[in-house]
Amino acid sequence: MKTDQQIAPPDYSPGADLEFDVEKIREDFPILKQKIYGKPLVYLDNAATAQKPQVVIDAIRHYYMTDNANIHRGVHGLSQRATEAYEQARVKVQRFIHAADSREIIFVRSATEAINLVAQTYGRRHVQAGDEVIVSAMEHHSNIVPWQMLCEEKGATLRVIPMNDEGELLLDEYENLLNPRTRLVAAVHISNALGTINPIQEIIERAHQQDIPVLVDGAQAAPHFEVDVQALDCDFYALTGHKLYGPTGVGILYGKADLLDSMPPYQGGGEMIRSVSFEKTTYNVIPNKFEAGTPNIVGGIGMGTAVDYVSEIGWKNIAAQEKDLLLYATQQLSAIAGLRIIGTAKEKASILSFVVEGVHAHDVGTILDQEGIAVRTGHHCAQPVMDRFQIPATARASFAFYNTREEVDVLVKGVQRVIEVFK
Amino acid sequence: MSDEVSHLNDLYEEVILDHCKNPRNFKVLPEANRKAEGYNPLCGDKVTVYLKLEDGVVQDISFEGIGCAISTASASLMTETLKGKDLTEVETLFQRFHALVTGKGGEASQMGKLAVFHGVSEFPVRVKCATLVWHTLQAALQQTQEPATTE
Repeated sequence: MKTDQQIAPPDYSPGADLEFDVEKIREDFPILKQKIYGKPLVYLDNAATAQKPQVVIDAIRHYYMTDNANIHRGVHGLSQRATEAYEQARVKVQRFIHAADSREIIFVRSATEAINLVAQTYGRRHVQAGDEVIVSAMEHHSNIVPWQMLCEEKGATLRVIPMNDEGELLLDEYENLLNPRTRLVAAVHISNALGTINPIQEIIERAHQQDIPVLVDGAQAAPHFEVDVQALDCDFYALTGHKLYGPTGVGILYGKADLLDSMPPYQGGGEMIRSVSFEKTTYNVIPNKFEAGTPNIVGGIGMGTAVDYVSEIGWKNIAAQEKDLLLYATQQLSAIAGLRIIGTAKEKASILSFVVEGVHAHDVGTILDQEGIAVRTGHHCAQPVMDRFQIPATARASFAFYNTREEVDVLVKGVQRVIEVFK
Repeated sequence: MSDEVSHLNDLYEEVILDHCKNPRNFKVLPEANRKAEGYNPLCGDKVTVYLKLEDGVVQDISFEGIGCAISTASASLMTETLKGKDLTEVETLFQRFHALVTGKGGEASQMGKLAVFHGVSEFPVRVKCATLVWHTLQAALQQTQEPATTE
């Protein structure tokens, strides 16, 4: 078991691993070979969803061609194979995030559902009138709204950890927010809008000093560096498959087993029960207690294949390539007059939000699209972040390990074209 | 030059860029008797339309808000076009404009300056930018309490 903490990616060392050949890696992703409006696709919207390697596509196809059956019920051969593949995927994810036990891995449909699950079960049981829940100023809407709904229902209060102009959380302010009425801290590991890597270990430690549990929204973090939930000692960790090179419609809630055991079920239905009569139902043990209904079986299997693929590429290679892209893109874009990078934290993942003076992000996005470049434009489901920086929207380029410096150059040319159109 | 680039030029016509940079009637209208707010949740564009309507005629009209080039220019050109028009003419122009930007015909020749938006039909995701202010105008005419939305 790993014990060293994994907060920030390892330092970039040029040519970290000679085995890493980006052109060879790109061969694994069939979608990248296409042209958009006659120009090579430059896919820089990885923070929205990552592309899928051939092995994931093959795993999905293979499942439907040879193994498809419902799981956990049939005694027939297909059902056994399907069940085995699904449960193997659970173990793969367990190892991927270094959980102690595969029972701590709950399959859900998204990181959003993982957070809602905790709000609706743990939250509704433990948060009462007058209590407080803490989130940060850089949360995605999915880690704000479930807590707002809960607080509204219970008469509790949502508190917000503020951030500075660089997009870094103010930990002293955070310390002041923690108090005996705090029932939970829900904080994002990496901001999808700013790219900030939060000092999540410290956030967790400070909450734990007052026996307050912490949920980490790791939707953006899991694709960028090794997450070790035991080293972090987080109580809950939410992640999603599709940002991790897996299929959409599958996510993971990690929870410490004793916490999950103590929580009421989420949805009622099949699979989550031990026995049902009209008088009384007893619930199944974890993880099944939280997995009512037929799950996204092929999604789970696809996600298992994806985490294997990522592990095979290797965190050292991923960190080196993404760090190089981040540094190079930051340097190249910063040199453009009239372009301002939003989110300049010291610790950043390969996510670059920017605004072009006098040009709305949507126009930036349309012009870049015409050059074959896919970026996200808008508020990135983080309107409070936009309000904090007093901007309506940003354009966001987010890089994966399959991106290249040449693609950064295309982006830079595209932005120059934007400025030319609006000059 | 490839076709794609020329499509981009169709979208960002000189007139559109001019109205984006120097929007006309961009102000609060103190004597307005109708007002509505519009919001595009997709991109966060916000617009407020102020209208002074007398005897079924648009005596004055203005707008305020933040948005992309297409939505700002659309609002600017709409206010310019509609001054002095009666409600029937407003409705006809709205229908024609909608048809134009969604690529369902629309007689560009009968639309004056609004015809510059013909390029929008090549960019389906941008149609809402062009129509937001018109939906907001409809809301103002109907005095809807809820903010207008493109959804």
